Amino acid sequence: MDWLEEQRQHLQALSDFSDRLIDGLLTTIQLTLLGGALAFVVAVALGLMAGAPSLWLRGPARVLIEFFRGISLLVLLFWMVYVLPLFWMANPDLPGEGLVRNTFLIGVVALGINYGAYGAEAVRASLTTVSQGQWEATTALSMSWPHKMRRIIFPQAWALMLPSLANLWVHLLKGSAIVYILPGVNDFTFELNNLRRPTDIWFSHALVGLVTYFVLALILTIFMQALEARAKHKLGRGPSLKEILSPDPPAIAPDAASSSTATLSTEKGSQARGETDASQTTGGGAR
Amino acid sequence: MTHHNLLAQEADVPADQPTTGPWWDWAFAWEILPDMLTAFVQFTLLVTVVGTLIAAVLGLVIAILIMVLPRPLAWLVRWVANFIRMTPIVVQLILLFWAFLWLDALTIGIIVFGVHYATYMSEVYRAGIESVPKGQWEATTALSMNAVRTWRRVVIPQALRSTIPSLGNYAISMFKDTPFLYAIGVTEMVTLAVGEIGGTTFRYNEAVTIAGLIFLAASYPTAVLINRLEKRLAYAH
Repeated sequence: MDWLEEQRQHLQALSDFSDRLIDGLLTTIQLTLLGGALAFVVAVALGLMAGAPSLWLRGPARVLIEFFRGISLLVLLFWMVYVLPLFWMANPDLPGEGLVRNTFLIGVVALGINYGAYGAEAVRASLTTVSQGQWEATTALSMSWPHKMRRIIFPQAWALMLPSLANLWVHLLKGSAIVYILPGVNDFTFELNNLRRPTDIWFSHALVGLVTYFVLALILTIFMQALEARAKHKLGRGPSLKEILSPDPPAIAPDAASSSTATLSTEKGSQARGETDASQTTGGGAR
Repeated sequence: MTHHNLLAQEADVPADQPTTGPWWDWAFAWEILPDMLTAFVQFTLLVTVVGTLIAAVLGLVIAILIMVLPRPLAWLVRWVANFIRMTPIVVQLILLFWAFLWLDALTIGIIVFGVHYATYMSEVYRAGIESVPKGQWEATTALSMNAVRTWRRVVIPQALRSTIPSLGNYAISMFKDTPFLYAIGVTEMVTLAVGEIGGTTFRYNEAVTIAGLIFLAASYPTAVLINRLEKRLAYAH
């Protein structure tokens, strides 16, 4: 009976705290979406630069990638919170002081450039994995650089880079939990610590916290796998999403469906993704 | 973990020193460097090395269990591993820290990092084991080797070779995640820089910058070495 009573109190505390928990969850989702969007922009920009033949593009891209990848996320966060404002303290005339004081924005930017630098490696590796003949064909057709990237190279690289980007996005979601240490960022982990006080740790952090993060990560993964299936279908290499999701799949569907919907590590799924995994490890460097 | 309390007393800087003054103080940077390096070796490297050892062994165990256990059990092990892998290490650290208060924070940190990264490494091992040609398995059956001998003498030696670079990359990744120990108050280098040095002297600039430089100086050469190893192993195939 004691145990039941305890659970009842925990549920009571959960409902008392539910508003704050939902606010925290929304903050975490915002961090993940905005940070992910920034990371994507950084990844594509640096990845295209790092894959360029000109040293003037490649050099700076390499330095930025290695810098933002090699420095730890937490160091980056602390540096932006504690050291960056000193520039404004030294010269009060500099514009944009409000931006460096906004800890949520700092969280987004730190997550974006840290994971974006990892993503840049995935983008670069997948660009080099697009077969040589495709590159040569675009030259033979004397396509301009934007034209060939947009119409020929990037769509093929896109299908290759999506699994790595999906992994990184889940990493970013998990990494966003550390942003709770910044003052003024009341994300889900921060609110979990509030829930910890009236309940016990297993209830707050294991049951509510880890399970919620897990569900978020699963949603991200499934969304990215749907994107991947769509990208492959557009290249004529797999069934469309409609075919995969239809209740009575056509004859080819079982194999393809299992590789795209059975999420994480089914044998078929990883075999289908084997080539991109390989490209990630050969070009991926440290992750 | 006691020497940081000493540090606050040793440092001749008054606690109320304003953050104005020289933007970068070389004397102060020089003064805190030994403590930061000590914290680096004592906690950051220790957690990385022991955590990697745990992860490397446990990851192999998980990978083999998923392949040899009967289906419902294998399914259970795989989803527990997925669950650990897809949830934040920070929340896991806080959870185990408060759940096992009699264990010290450093031990908790080592266990969490070891187990979390074991779930990553199990995926690497699984790919390595799957890359062992089918003929090798058939040959062990033809030679009527038992299961233990098959794994120990034939499969694992061949599977391990291709996994070494990825394991190295995960070790670097763990190294860069060690500052998350801040969440449970282990005074590794970054916690020392921000919590102890910054907190007592209000000078964050030197300490945080030095911490970043030490991370860059340690992780970049290792990443280059692993990349080379990877290329060499790839050519040898």
